[in-house]
Amino acid sequence: MTTIDPLTAPAIAFPVEPAEEAPIVRLVEPDGSLTAAADDYELDVELARTLYQEMARARRLDTEALSLQRQGELSLWLESRGQEAAQIGSSVALRPTDTIFPSYREHGIGLSRGLPPEAILAQWRGVSHSGWADDHPAHMHITSLVLGTQTLHAVGYAAGIALDDTDEIVAVYFGDGAASEGEVNEALNWAAASSLPVLFVVQNNQWAISTPTSLQMGSPLHRRAAGFGIPSYHVDGNDALAVHLVTSLAAERVRAGNGPALVEARTYRLGGHSSSDDPKRYRNESDVAEWKERDPLVRLERLLRADGTPDDWFRGVDESLEELALEIRRSCRALTASDFDTLFDNVYSEPHPVMERERQEFRRLTGTEVAR
Amino acid sequence: MSATVTDTPAADVSAIRTLTLGGALNAGLTDAMRHDDSVVLLGEDVGTLGGVFRVTAGLRDEFGPRRVVDTPLAEAGIVGTAIGMALRGYRPVCEIQFDGFVYPAFNQIVSQLAKLRARSGGHLKFPVVIRIPVGGGIGAVEHHSESNEAYFAHTAGLRVVSCSNPDDAYHMLRQAIECDDPVIFYEPKRRYWDKAEVTRQPSLPLSSAQVVREGDDCTLVSHGPTVATAIAASDAAAEDGYSVGVVDLRSISPLDVDTLRAQASRSGRMVVVHEAPTFFGLGAEVAAAVTEACFYELESPVLRVGSFNMPYPALKVEDEFLPDVDRVLDAVDRALAY
Repeated sequence: MTTIDPLTAPAIAFPVEPAEEAPIVRLVEPDGSLTAAADDYELDVELARTLYQEMARARRLDTEALSLQRQGELSLWLESRGQEAAQIGSSVALRPTDTIFPSYREHGIGLSRGLPPEAILAQWRGVSHSGWADDHPAHMHITSLVLGTQTLHAVGYAAGIALDDTDEIVAVYFGDGAASEGEVNEALNWAAASSLPVLFVVQNNQWAISTPTSLQMGSPLHRRAAGFGIPSYHVDGNDALAVHLVTSLAAERVRAGNGPALVEARTYRLGGHSSSDDPKRYRNESDVAEWKERDPLVRLERLLRADGTPDDWFRGVDESLEELALEIRRSCRALTASDFDTLFDNVYSEPHPVMERERQEFRRLTGTEVAR
Repeated sequence: MSATVTDTPAADVSAIRTLTLGGALNAGLTDAMRHDDSVVLLGEDVGTLGGVFRVTAGLRDEFGPRRVVDTPLAEAGIVGTAIGMALRGYRPVCEIQFDGFVYPAFNQIVSQLAKLRARSGGHLKFPVVIRIPVGGGIGAVEHHSESNEAYFAHTAGLRVVSCSNPDDAYHMLRQAIECDDPVIFYEPKRRYWDKAEVTRQPSLPLSSAQVVREGDDCTLVSHGPTVATAIAASDAAAEDGYSVGVVDLRSISPLDVDTLRAQASRSGRMVVVHEAPTFFGLGAEVAAAVTEACFYELESPVLRVGSFNMPYPALKVEDEFLPDVDRVLDAVDRALAY
């Protein structure tokens, strides 16, 4: 076998090299000032306030839910603190009629789209596997816990939209960890090959439970999208206005019939993966402290205050958050599981002899056969 | 693979026709798509080529590439996308090219398609059909001859059916497409070219077994490709003076236990025949269900005839792997000896 020296190999045989990380889109610095790149950016104060309000609600939901878990009212909670700008900044940029396929951490998006707290908490309290139905005006599919599976459902839903010839789009959320799943890559490829109206929103929070992004992939996600033929945006996921801007651009591009697009929002999960996680076992406190300095909510508050939004307005938001917290606690405690007997109805749509036989057996075992 | 169904006639539900099993499936798909605009086909090579077994031949010409979709080569993608289309109100019919290629889609079938209705508290429905050419006996290379019905029958939320003849192929496919639940639809690939009459109306609901013939001494229970084997064994036994019945299960999940109990009670002996390995297979479930249902009517244990518990062997020795008439008759003899 001959050994080829790469230095003397003919120049025509050049490899296509993978590309480095692309520059990140950022409008607001962590101290709340506008970046130099935002020179000709016109601040929409109403939008900034809306984003702040929705992010604050998401933060409060996360805080209350974690407390409820510690009190034994929830069995598990998937934490989202630190990712509010990536989630709300992107979802608010969509039309309310665009359909969202979430992973399992996008509680704030659900709240922002009108899901009541009990709908979001039901699964984590353990009373059901989903607290809302797909026909809820929130236009949000139920959660997917097997990572990445929802990306293909989003592609299929988008194929339906294409057949229906409407201008809706689908936004599907997943993370840096799920991006390693084969099904996510099938979804990216399929959406690109079929030119479907799908917006892929990756929250790169840098940790898949304890596994850092560096062990997860060899090329940045926004670069991987290009390999599929999908244009992408690399945005500071802790800058709500920047996320909103690039998502708006990406969504309109998708809506115009140009096929899918991808937004990689670089963010950081400030809490654990879930209420059962112990992130101190795998990451440095100094890293966390550094990212706390880039807190998306604090950043937006600094911007708004510097721009002249008065104390009164923030007090009003805080008061509404207290009301929200009361509602979260009250509605959580009121959630109860449905009667076991009804579960036999939910497995199949049409009559099924095994379901009927087993229901009768359940009733016999529990002595409920006569009462019904 | 040189599998061609060239004599596929245009579908015509108004008349009784003689069709191959593959042709009957083609007619079933055609009629379903004419009847309901929400029916769409997804699969590898189903469009321009008409599928490797030509079951979808001609459909792209009639219904166009938007409803007869040549998909990327991605089985999880086919089923996952079908789930999304069902959420949008469509009724997708997926083709998995060969039985052994379904495993990349296992997660989407078992964790998603099967569970989503229950997960949604009964709010969602998934009228998705997954067609799978199944079984061996066609001299194929590995991964092209498997019988994997037990995996899917063990999953709540799925219906699993298996056709053995052209009439069932047509009507069961129509019924599966009209069913609001996900259906794994097995097609016996070595019977694709068998010809028989297709009647105008289905004779049974999708979940019912068919009593092909009643028996007084023993009853054979089978499905899909081995129904013909069971019928041949019954014919041979008749020559020796034994009355051996044949039940075509048609539906594997749910199992038609009422029909099984009636036939087992009648003959007192039952032998289950399938291509899949017997270990942890369909035969075990049939045996348990029948034993629980009519223990005192049985003259012998329910016996199983299947293949051996090994990966499907190379094609030159597959005849020794698959159950044949002699192995079925051997089991009938053993049952009669009790």
